[in-house]
Amino acid sequence: MFWLGLFAITWGLSQFSFAIYKALDARWIVRFPKKYELPLDSWISSAMTWLVEDAHFGLFTFRDLTRFIAAVIELPYQFVRSLLIDGFSVGQGQQAIEVAPSISWIAIIGTMAVIALYARNAGLAMLAALCFAYLAIFGQWESAMVTLASVLIAVPIGVTGGLLLGILSYRHPWVEKALRPILDLMQTVPVFAYLVPILFLFGFGPVSALVATVIYAMPPMVRIATVALQSVPEEVKEAGRMVGCKPHQQMWKVMVPTALPSLMVGVNQVIMLTLNMVIIASMIGAGGLGYDVLTSLRRLDIGGGIEAGLAIVVMAIALDRVSQAFAIRRVRPRPDPAQPIYQRHPLISTSVALIVISTLLGIYLPGFRLLPESLTITTGSIWTAMMEWINVTFFDFFEAIKTFFLTTLLLPVKRFFSGIPWAWGVIVVGLAAGRVGGWKFGLMSAAMTLFIAANGLWAKAMITVYLVSVSVLIASAIGIPLGIWAGQSNRANSVIGAMIDTLQTLPSFVYLIPVVMLFRVGDFSAMIAVVLYALAPAVRYAAHGIRSIDQELIEAGKVSGCTERQILLRIKLPLAAPSLLLGLNQTIMLALSMLVITALVGTRDLGQEVYIALTKANTGQGIIAGLSVAFIAIIADRIVAALARNSQEKLGVK
Amino acid sequence: MTKFTTYSATLMTALLASSAVAEVESLDPIKLTTHDWTGQIITTTIMGEVLKKAGYNVEYVQADYIAQFAGLKSGDLHIAMEIWETTGREAMDEAFGTGKVVNMGPTGMEAIEEWWYPAYMEKLCPGLPDWKALNDCAQEFSTPETAPMGRYLGGPVTWGGFDDERVESLGMDFEVVHAGTDAALFAELESAYQREAPIVLWIYSPHWATAKYDGKFVEFPPYSVECYNDPSAGMNPDAAYDCGKPTGPIWKVAWSGVADKWPGAADAIKAFDIDNDAMGALVGKVDLEGVSIESVVSEWMTANEAAWSSWIK
Repeated sequence: MFWLGLFAITWGLSQFSFAIYKALDARWIVRFPKKYELPLDSWISSAMTWLVEDAHFGLFTFRDLTRFIAAVIELPYQFVRSLLIDGFSVGQGQQAIEVAPSISWIAIIGTMAVIALYARNAGLAMLAALCFAYLAIFGQWESAMVTLASVLIAVPIGVTGGLLLGILSYRHPWVEKALRPILDLMQTVPVFAYLVPILFLFGFGPVSALVATVIYAMPPMVRIATVALQSVPEEVKEAGRMVGCKPHQQMWKVMVPTALPSLMVGVNQVIMLTLNMVIIASMIGAGGLGYDVLTSLRRLDIGGGIEAGLAIVVMAIALDRVSQAFAIRRVRPRPDPAQPIYQRHPLISTSVALIVISTLLGIYLPGFRLLPESLTITTGSIWTAMMEWINVTFFDFFEAIKTFFLTTLLLPVKRFFSGIPWAWGVIVVGLAAGRVGGWKFGLMSAAMTLFIAANGLWAKAMITVYLVSVSVLIASAIGIPLGIWAGQSNRANSVIGAMIDTLQTLPSFVYLIPVVMLFRVGDFSAMIAVVLYALAPAVRYAAHGIRSIDQELIEAGKVSGCTERQILLRIKLPLAAPSLLLGLNQTIMLALSMLVITALVGTRDLGQEVYIALTKANTGQGIIAGLSVAFIAIIADRIVAALARNSQEKLGVK
Repeated sequence: MTKFTTYSATLMTALLASSAVAEVESLDPIKLTTHDWTGQIITTTIMGEVLKKAGYNVEYVQADYIAQFAGLKSGDLHIAMEIWETTGREAMDEAFGTGKVVNMGPTGMEAIEEWWYPAYMEKLCPGLPDWKALNDCAQEFSTPETAPMGRYLGGPVTWGGFDDERVESLGMDFEVVHAGTDAALFAELESAYQREAPIVLWIYSPHWATAKYDGKFVEFPPYSVECYNDPSAGMNPDAAYDCGKPTGPIWKVAWSGVADKWPGAADAIKAFDIDNDAMGALVGKVDLEGVSIESVVSEWMTANEAAWSSWIK
């Protein structure tokens, strides 16, 4: 009743807000009054200028500090890069003389395989070698190594930083409390919003990209580390204390090793998010595969874009599988110390031998250093021809589908959301949030909504909400059935799983351009891109929910004579509801994070606001719009999480 | 950028032994910025390679078109080879105002930005390229989203251009739809061109599109300063922007310290000169024929030795 009433009032106001404004001649109803708008963005911009140009710590400026940090990060980055691809040289520019070559491509593929073999078995080694061989054969090697260099720097920084923060919040509950909102913001503020300040502070070049990547990729590590340490069994801790461990011994010799499997999940997350950032990082000077994707698509070389995009995917798959294997690796017996060193460590000595031999050969035979271009292959023109064929043959069909969706779904929803007067919007968000999460949360949500309106972003925020809700609706409508199917059949699961993995690691820019070719610039193209990206969690959580149902309950259903259909509808689905809600939550988060990318095809939402701020280097505008996106995400996250909790309690499952 | 440095580093070490390098003021690398469109990268690479021939060290740094001004002011970056009068005016004025960034003169290229249509539209709309003829067949360009108005695909909102105002003041039956990036803009053109479907959109030149696709710029009433600033000027007495877009030079811009640190290089940069047609041909080779930027530039260097060697005299 409460919800129905709330919706009815909102709908009514949305329909007639314009009429009311005309009747009462009260323009404030539809537009937040200009004179009360907060000048927050210009404050932030001037604070930033002060920080960059004037801030002092006595002996050195703030900028000196950030530049120092940049130099510290740059050093290992340049080293890894020289090692992987550039080669070592002394001197500047034309006076440079190469003193040592980079590692041969054969050695890098071999080393990856050896690491995979160490982590699990020959099968995984094969996979890793094939993935890296793809990079060489499709002529992506140089770019891929540049990307790999930044991954090899960003991941350790993210993991160490995340682990240290996790330990801090494990030891001091107040740190955890203070960190939580910061982590929320780090995960929800679109990256574009803080790229400009980072460029100002850390200078132009790959280091800025690395810093942005670390900010984006670290939060899950902090969270997972905190939880992992908290869930170390009391008995283990007790045992540590009994043998007389000092606090740091207790932490590093008892707690961290015990929590290692969970911590590896965090490492895996950091790797995946780092690879997600590859495209955006390349916009501010990271180069590598992301840059190849962008430049190929700018000249409409779709095949080139797909090949470079798939290179990111295979790299992600190789690193992901290997790091997951490390997470569950069994401890093996230590080798007999009586043996000579190369027999004790056969894998290490093999790869060292491989590196030395192939790299030395590379000095004399360039083919060992880089795969000769004549041996690389490309499928580029096939993709372009296929795209043209689809475009010419099916465009009218696609156009009809698009028009149908636009008129029956997109436009009505858009009208509904953009009609809502801002003042009622603040109230209704507060009421709804208060109802599911308590009055404190209600007040907080209302305040966040007011913040958006008071910065003059109400209209754009409503477009954002409209695009996200339509996309989430469609993503759920496709994803949940797929997930249920995958949850019930192993064969479906392996196919759908591979598809979802690819969709999530393939840079969205790769499919954005073909989508624009088929559906033109507009909301519909943006929606398709968002749906493709946000599909993954809907599928994964649905499958997980179905699979983790207690088998006895299903047996009980069968015994009492339920048909397959009844088991699904009456037992499986209700029991999977909390999982489905969590999936919904993640779908919303991904959809919001994707909106910033869809600004690249021309939506008029907060994502566009962030993007405009980026291209005009306006720090304040970017951060305000970024915060608005974050607030929408936080409100949605808390509401859905509260719903999931409620439904879990109702079902009595934990 | 990374590839260039790698290539050029290996290439140059090889060349070092054979060619004697002239004396230069400072061996510190001169940092030239590259952006995300081919033409600019070619311009910058030509300049960089010429400076190398003069004995300077050069580094290419990938930077955002507008954000780079922060780096030019602080001396982190040194040279930006293409700042378009049409899109970079505000940023340039702001930067010149600080005295830390200076104008190094025009590149010789002229920026054109205007509404553009493919040649096959002339059959449907007789009288093109006149804007009135375009307006008369606006319904040919309409789509379900914009009907009954025609659909004009404008550039990203950040490009400015006053198209919404232009449509209003000239009373045109078009709705302006803004693309988010130029990749989206050209994706739509490619799609429409493959199907010979109606389209009118924002195109700029020098760009490979004018070489790849057959078409023309729409002819609006010619641009004047008064037309943009004074509503009473032009054919609509009550509104500004009742004319076409301005054209303007593409400028070279530098950190003010360049002339002190590398005076010879500064002279070479000021002397740099190339025209739209030459650049259009180079861009076409890279973007349409898939030749690498390095080989296109080195080909140009061989063919135009007389031109560039006069810059570094």
